[in-house]
Amino acid sequence: MTTPAAVILLIEDEPQMRRFLRAGLGAQDYDLVEAETGREGLTQAAGRRPDVVLLDLGLPDTDGLEVIRRLREWSPVPIIVISARGREQDKITALDLGADDYLTKPFSVGELLARVRVALRHARRAADGTDQPVFEVGGLRVDLARREVAVRDAPVHLTPTEYKLLAVLVRFAGRVVTHRQLLKEVWGLSATTQAHYLRVYMAQLRHKLEADPARPSYLLTEPGVGYRLRDE
Amino acid sequence: MTAPERPDPDALLARVAEEETQARRGRLKLFFGAAPGVGKTYTMLEAARASRAEGVDVVAGVVETHGRPETERLLDALDVLPRRSVEYHGTTLQEFDLDAALARRPGLILVDELAHTNAPGSRHTKRWQDVEELLAAGISVSTTLNVQHIESLNDVVAQITGVVVRETIPDAVFERADEVELVDISAEVLIERLRDGKVYVPEQAARALERFFRKGNLIALRELALRRTAERVEAQMRGYREAHGIERTWPAGERILVCIGPNPASARLIRAGRRMASALHADWLVLHVQSSRQRLSTADRDALTVNLRLAEQLGARTVTLSADDVVPEILAYARGQNVSRIIAGKPTHPHWRDRLTGSLLDKLIRGSREIDVYVITGEVAEGTPVRRERPPLSTGAYLGAAGVVAAAAAVGLAVRAWVSTTDIAMLFLLAVMVAAARYGTRPSVLASALGIAVFDFCFVPPYYTFAVAHAGYLFTFVVMLVVALLISRLAARIRGQADAAREREQHTAALYALSRRLAAARDAQELAAALSTQVRETFGAPGTVLLPDEHGDLQPAAAANDGALSEAALGVARWVLGHQQPAGTGTDTLPGADALYLPLTASNRTVGVLRVATRDPRRARDPIERQLLEAIADQAGVALERADLVRRSERARLEIEAERLRTALLSSLSHDLRTPLGAIEGAASTLLESGTAIDAASRRDLLASVLDESRRMGRLIGNLLEMVKVESGLVEVRKEWQPLEEVVGIALLRLDAQLAGREIHTHLPGDLPLVPIDGLLIEQVLINLLDNAVKYTPPGAPIDIDAELGDGALLVEVADRGPGIPRGEEERVFQKFTRLADRAAPGGAGLGLAICRGIVAAHGGRIWVEPRPGGGARFRFSLPIEGPAPPPPPTDEAEAVPHTPTTA
Repeated sequence: MTTPAAVILLIEDEPQMRRFLRAGLGAQDYDLVEAETGREGLTQAAGRRPDVVLLDLGLPDTDGLEVIRRLREWSPVPIIVISARGREQDKITALDLGADDYLTKPFSVGELLARVRVALRHARRAADGTDQPVFEVGGLRVDLARREVAVRDAPVHLTPTEYKLLAVLVRFAGRVVTHRQLLKEVWGLSATTQAHYLRVYMAQLRHKLEADPARPSYLLTEPGVGYRLRDE
Repeated sequence: MTAPERPDPDALLARVAEEETQARRGRLKLFFGAAPGVGKTYTMLEAARASRAEGVDVVAGVVETHGRPETERLLDALDVLPRRSVEYHGTTLQEFDLDAALARRPGLILVDELAHTNAPGSRHTKRWQDVEELLAAGISVSTTLNVQHIESLNDVVAQITGVVVRETIPDAVFERADEVELVDISAEVLIERLRDGKVYVPEQAARALERFFRKGNLIALRELALRRTAERVEAQMRGYREAHGIERTWPAGERILVCIGPNPASARLIRAGRRMASALHADWLVLHVQSSRQRLSTADRDALTVNLRLAEQLGARTVTLSADDVVPEILAYARGQNVSRIIAGKPTHPHWRDRLTGSLLDKLIRGSREIDVYVITGEVAEGTPVRRERPPLSTGAYLGAAGVVAAAAAVGLAVRAWVSTTDIAMLFLLAVMVAAARYGTRPSVLASALGIAVFDFCFVPPYYTFAVAHAGYLFTFVVMLVVALLISRLAARIRGQADAAREREQHTAALYALSRRLAAARDAQELAAALSTQVRETFGAPGTVLLPDEHGDLQPAAAANDGALSEAALGVARWVLGHQQPAGTGTDTLPGADALYLPLTASNRTVGVLRVATRDPRRARDPIERQLLEAIADQAGVALERADLVRRSERARLEIEAERLRTALLSSLSHDLRTPLGAIEGAASTLLESGTAIDAASRRDLLASVLDESRRMGRLIGNLLEMVKVESGLVEVRKEWQPLEEVVGIALLRLDAQLAGREIHTHLPGDLPLVPIDGLLIEQVLINLLDNAVKYTPPGAPIDIDAELGDGALLVEVADRGPGIPRGEEERVFQKFTRLADRAAPGGAGLGLAICRGIVAAHGGRIWVEPRPGGGARFRFSLPIEGPAPPPPPTDEAEAVPHTPTTA
């Protein structure tokens, strides 16, 4: 990487976790800033202007969710939640509050790095203001400008709703999009509780795009939380 | 393995202390005197004052000062419990308030005059029963007692003084007293005190008392009191020796049998038996043998009950038997019980009867052989005659008897021409026989007389006069009369035997029916139902069974047919349960209650209460009915205990099973958690200590194993957490309508690494609609099933996932081509911590299928395993599809996305 090393703020109270992340992220040339408490984390976020925030939810002083809320008041910095709280509701709450991604402990460093990369990419794209008109992953190609979709060069016919759904996922490619966010984007605010709309259309999309809809390779399910479009 | 749970010593100690308090009985102190006026109450109050000075919480429950100023002064210093006012026949009686005393719970309570009889309507008939209850509640009692009130001395005192004392206490109460203080003054001093007016003498009793307070009497009473006290001291000494194993002072086996009947004189025999038993320190029994040739009248039954109850009060074991022949039965019973002495009464009937029918006593003495027989005067002070059964004069029976004779006469007249006079006489004997068999002794006697008269009148020439042509006929008449009377007596006896046999038969049948019913009952409630049915059938009175619930509170069994019981009835029942004694109608405790309450006693405790709704005290007291009731209650008690034991042993079995599971969990957990930990620690420490000494490839290997083992441990912990959730009911099924495909997809994705190199065939019908399931949970089920399939089948073996829509249910199947589940193990594999013995599962805690079962059950579905045709196992589960499907999403706009080929 030629650009200056990205700054990652790690807000985590457990020394063992910090040690592991310091090693894992340091090896990748990231500039790691550590904070042990929520308050310290917010101060560091304001002072160091990190490119990505890794946030543990179980902090000694404040709840991690509160940290997300406070950060989002002034900063669009990507937030990746790392937490031992495995309940889907926790994930959804964090994501709906504005977190960009969620990793449940234990996780491998590879997984984390992939998420960090996605977050950085999105941040950069948002900063540049340049949305890629064509999205490609594996054999899937989505041309947003021309509203064309093809799998392994074979064009695929999508209904408008299917396309809309896919387009939202492309926009957030690589990141989890919660059911609620997807429903809101595609069907509007009034439909945010109709999770089965989403499931019906997702199933249709998979049948059109995936080789084996039961073992999807592009349109991944985040069980109980939402969907993610694979982007690398 | 962890050490077994050790009980907290403090908790143990607290429990022991609590048990001690519960078990602690109050101490009974008796101030014992020879006569009224010796100063018992005064001494008791002085002692109470001393106790109070020592800090004991003393309350005067009932103290009769009889207006003596010294005594009143002593009483003033004490807390006095207010008395209870009882209205009785227009007068207000001031009675001891037992409930207030129990509620007040003093350390020591003074209850004067132990032999007092309570006013009707009180809980107990006698005050000593109140005292027993106080003692049982752990309250110590001081009380006063005169020697003439001791039951077994009652008749002796009556003999000495000529005054019959009605208020008595059972000897056992005296003997159980923890302390007896003899308050003794000489006869002279007592008479002096009487003269000085220091002894309370009620006006109406003045004359009787004058007779009572004669010097000779007082000396005799004093001697009795001293002797009784001395006997007690001796008994204590013996008890001490016994307890300390110093010496066995009397040979075991001395046993006394007292034979009694309904005769009031039997009371004397009972008291004599009691005295002899206590002098010999022997066990004693009181026996009544009911002759089956003779039925007891109601009055006799009552008298017998009184006698048997007296015997029980004096501490005897009472037995009632029924036999054709009384004496052999007595002797057989005595031999069976190893009786060494028999006490029987002197005959009270005239001597000629013995000549005629043989003397029972004589037979008893002759048959007794090695057993000593003591014959005691059955002299009856009141001169009550022995009552015999006098059947009510039933005109119908006599008319019937006359009718039978008339019929014989009619037949005789019809055949007179063809038969001889002797044959006609036979006809009349037949008539007498019929009358005796049908109507009993007296009508048959009438029939005999009538028969002879008619025979004479109609069949002995000259006809139609009573005159007799031939003197020989007079002889015929006499013979006929004797034969007729004998026949009538025999026939009546047969009838009596038949009646008695029927009664016994009924009782046996009742008990047999009960035992059959009880055997058929499966639990306490059914037993209770069987028992109430039996009581209703046998006694015609509704029977209710009350059983204690888990909190020890008595509740009518569910089968109770007479609705809710009043609080008062429950109160009586609780008393019966707590005291293991009958109460209510026909007993001494709460005789005014609405029913008879019997404890259902098993080996050593009361398991319930039987309520027999009868208000007829005579019926409740009748020894035969009561015996049957008690036999029924005993049988039921044992059955209830058995049911309770079965329940307990079942619970214990379950606890053992649970314990086994816990142990299995511990060993399984310690193994399954430590194995990966060991690998991780080993690999990590190797890397840390000799990092550079090992080559890169080995380092990678070690690191990979750290990673693998952590993941394995993670899965195990995940499973455990899931199990805890399922077990504790924390699993919350949040059903959402969704395609099964997605859930299958996630499961396959999660197991991506394990499934590598395997063919997975998913056959999900294209038209499978949305199904209401909790995706996360069903995903877990699929993961566990797939994981098992991977673990237990050879690498590369294909796995099939199928789903179909059944009748209102979704049926999902995960099938493999592995070794299959052995026959008979199909259920067991779903139990937690179960692994098939012959398969070493790599890192399974035996939880997976148990979790599956828990989750599927929480969905209201079912999971099972069956052999797969062609080899392998197929795990299937069905999930109900309930509720209306959600509305379909809004249809798409007609406009479609262009799909022209890209020009690029």
